[in-house]
Amino acid sequence: MTAPSRPVVGVAALSAGFGDRTALRDVSLALEAHAVTAIIGPSGCGKSTLLRCLNRMHELGAGAWVRGRVTLDGDDLYGPDVDAVQVRRRIGMVFQRPNPFPTLSIRDNVAAGLDLNGFARAERDDRVEAALKQAALWNEVADRLNRSALALSGGQQQRLCIARALAVEPEVLLMDEPASALDPIATARVEELIHELKDRLTLIVVTHNMQQAARISTRTAFLYMGELVEYDRTEALFTNPKERRTEDYVTGKFG
Amino acid sequence: MTTHTDREYEADLHLLRERLLLMGGIVEEMIRDALTAAIERDAALAQAVIDRDREVNRAEVEIDRLCLKILALRQPAASDLRFVTFALKAVTDVERIGDLAVNVAQRASELSAEPPLPLPPAVARMAALVQTMLHQALDAFVRGDADAAGALASRDDEVDALYVEVFGRELDAMRDPAVIQRALRQIFLAKNLERLGDHIQNLAEMVIFMAQGKDVRHPHSRDPEP
Repeated sequence: MTAPSRPVVGVAALSAGFGDRTALRDVSLALEAHAVTAIIGPSGCGKSTLLRCLNRMHELGAGAWVRGRVTLDGDDLYGPDVDAVQVRRRIGMVFQRPNPFPTLSIRDNVAAGLDLNGFARAERDDRVEAALKQAALWNEVADRLNRSALALSGGQQQRLCIARALAVEPEVLLMDEPASALDPIATARVEELIHELKDRLTLIVVTHNMQQAARISTRTAFLYMGELVEYDRTEALFTNPKERRTEDYVTGKFG
Repeated sequence: MTTHTDREYEADLHLLRERLLLMGGIVEEMIRDALTAAIERDAALAQAVIDRDREVNRAEVEIDRLCLKILALRQPAASDLRFVTFALKAVTDVERIGDLAVNVAQRASELSAEPPLPLPPAVARMAALVQTMLHQALDAFVRGDADAAGALASRDDEVDALYVEVFGRELDAMRDPAVIQRALRQIFLAKNLERLGDHIQNLAEMVIFMAQGKDVRHPHSRDPEP
């Protein structure tokens, strides 16, 4: 056994949904620090809901409800005195479609979160540069920071969004299908970036693409109809899953 | 039994399984015929076994090609991945089993051209044992039965013990210089049967991995599980 890595995000008996619909049922799992955890499962299995519960984005939807506990380094993220905006600074998120602010320059896109979170103006340029470097985009944009973010390719825009999330120095980065709108080369760049980023923070990636989950993650959680079916080392889950439903899903037997 | 949503994938896996079984069936017949040729001093039958080696080689190439195709196009996972890697590895053992059947047939052919020398009774027992083992290994593969495959390990020990017995008998016989050449051929024949047992045991170990994802090889020389 390798030494089990320190759990950083704890999910205990988490259920969530909208109105009378339950999207997530009694999910418990501990997510390792400095690891990449992939969440897989068919459409509607609750994987995006789980992700959005982790940084309190789920509650923004109409009729949304959450029960159970989510902790970050032991802090209860749903505690009465907790500021959801502060939670989202500690747990950043990147979405399926690159969503840069269309009217802002490349620099201002990365700095947007800094301004909101009260980072010192003096550090602004340094932080923008550092975040762009971490997102492996600096070399491509260093000479055109004042240009519109929309001038970048889709893959570059996605890395810009990753840079924007990294600029506020989150402890955890959530990624919801971060490469599904990208071509194979841009996908490979994002996957490579995920590998590099895990030294710095903890990543949780929702993906439809099972091969991608296998490539990028240390551990994989398989959700089905709102339930956590299996959560194991990625290698074990893809070579010898313990649960029949996991076996059927990863081998492509959907009944 | 649930099937793959993708019918073409299901058909490819089915074809691979069928080809493996067919190849197993061919080498089973080759071993049976080679031993019959040795006992009945039938040079023509021995030659027929030798000629069948090409069928085995063709099957090996075909199975390798199918495995590569499935790996490249389907990226199999879980039990499918274990099945395809089983096929890739098992095919080399099955091919070697075919080669050994050919070696037995060659010795049978040589012995049939020389004055008769009775085979030690332990050779017949080895022959019966390896045929049963191969049949059981293929059966365990078909049923994905790890327990049946596991039971074959002790049988290989029996084959090894019988070989030691044959070797002793032949050494005694070689006190008579007139029989040395024939006794040596019989030792080689028995040695081929002993090697058959080893390859069949390899197959059985792979069946356990395919069925359960458990690697039972070399229990004392492995790193701890990650």
